[in-house]
Amino acid sequence: MSNFFENVDWAEIAQACLDTLTMLGGSLALTVLLGLPLGVVLFLTGAGQAWENRWSHGAMAFGVNLLRSVPFIILLIVMIPLTVLLMGTSLGVAGAIPPLVVGAAPFFARLVETALREVDRNTVEAVQAMGATTRDLVFRALLPEALPGIIAATTVTAIALISFTAMAGAVGAGGLGDLAIRFGYQRFQTDVMLVTVVLLLVLVQFLQAAGDRLVRHFTRK
Amino acid sequence: MIRLEGVHKAFGGTHAALAGVDLEIARGEVFGIIGRSGAGKSTLVRLLNGLERPTSGRVLVDGTDVAALDPAGLRALRRRVGMIFQNFGLLSSRTVSGNVALPLRIAGASKAEIAAKVPALLARVGLADHGGKYPAQLSGGQKQRVGIARALATDPEILLCDEATSALDPETTRSILALIADLNRELGLTIVFITHEMDVVRQVCDRVVVLHAGRAVETGTVADVFLRPQASETRALIDESGEHAEPIGFDGPIVRLTLHGGAVLDPVLTRIARDTGTDFIILDGRIGRLKDTSFGRLTLGLLGGDTARAIAALREKGDVE
Repeated sequence: MSNFFENVDWAEIAQACLDTLTMLGGSLALTVLLGLPLGVVLFLTGAGQAWENRWSHGAMAFGVNLLRSVPFIILLIVMIPLTVLLMGTSLGVAGAIPPLVVGAAPFFARLVETALREVDRNTVEAVQAMGATTRDLVFRALLPEALPGIIAATTVTAIALISFTAMAGAVGAGGLGDLAIRFGYQRFQTDVMLVTVVLLLVLVQFLQAAGDRLVRHFTRK
Repeated sequence: MIRLEGVHKAFGGTHAALAGVDLEIARGEVFGIIGRSGAGKSTLVRLLNGLERPTSGRVLVDGTDVAALDPAGLRALRRRVGMIFQNFGLLSSRTVSGNVALPLRIAGASKAEIAAKVPALLARVGLADHGGKYPAQLSGGQKQRVGIARALATDPEILLCDEATSALDPETTRSILALIADLNRELGLTIVFITHEMDVVRQVCDRVVVLHAGRAVETGTVADVFLRPQASETRALIDESGEHAEPIGFDGPIVRLTLHGGAVLDPVLTRIARDTGTDFIILDGRIGRLKDTSFGRLTLGLLGGDTARAIAALREKGDVE
């Protein structure tokens, strides 16, 4: 049993974990930072809303759908010139973050838009009828009311990002996915594969549990 | 106070939500808008605070054309017009106090002003001890009371009620209507009350308009519209509230008698029975209250005696059909 793990270099595993967590943290933060405003604007330009505008809503929705329909592994390659321009390299953790954000932000924006649509119509009207500006409506009503939905969207996005980081590993980003492919797949080191899969599993379970807890904490219904 | 002039409203398609409505609502009255779902009631009330804009025609509130206001003017108007909703429209993420404070925050009130005003508003609607709760912890009637307190926060002159009691049970409906009647009396609020229930109009409104397929088919005092309905749509609505049921199993002459106000307290039937020798069989009937008067409506079967004289005597006391 003890020599089953003979191929596992624990220091390398630790470094890969750190890389994965850094990619996840960095890309998730930027995804929320870009996707949240995009989701709000998607919602507000939609039919019957404060900034209703069929053309800009249509253009944004098209862009979002376009990015969402490109398979992530293709996006990684297509984005290399832009990534090099932004980060100076297309390799490592730094090189992975731009494609991760471009892949996840449109997805997250759609989830935010959906969460905002779930806010009770009478509640939105009530706040408008108070004489609220659109800014008041967004910050004092829509975002607080949709907070549990937005947290759930963040959890789903974080978990999608973990699987994206594994793919990014295939084109030189490092992390647990990279380790699994180089050692587990290409060198048939099943033990390395097993360890990375278990670690990814634990990470996903932890994120889901933490997300669910936060949703419960902020739900007043 | 509120005036609609030839108001049309269409949402895209061919069917118009409102097709040429003229209305005048006086300061300080409780004005009912009754009609079935799809009659255009909700659209009409949303024109009054600019949540909807008319396709053509004018909506005047205190002489100002609502549709012509710029966004800042519209926000200022909305602070003078409170609104409550069927589903209450409370923010589930805020406490009761937080909900009532929201219009004040939006209006830019100071912390001290909010701290003084919110408890007074909650006390006014009978929820003094519930400020720290979340809406999900309240009953439907309590939620609507929060809605009312919130609508009153900016000291409006007009209160719009959009099916405000339709989600409530009959007893809770009565208590909410009583509260609304109090506010009308004490604060001189002009109240526009939308409903599909004739009983609600009967209990609280001074005047009423019957809306059908986007048109105002009948307008008048509640007593006139309720006791002497002219339009068939009005009759249909009254029938639905349990009036005018067809009497069963009586072959003789039948009359429908409507009594107004003080006549309800006259011993009409027994007196006429003694004078004419005609016996009355009550086939259907109801004695009730309009907002501040009484009414009686009886379906009577006539048996024996001088029925012609009995009918003439009834006609002296009330309306006979």
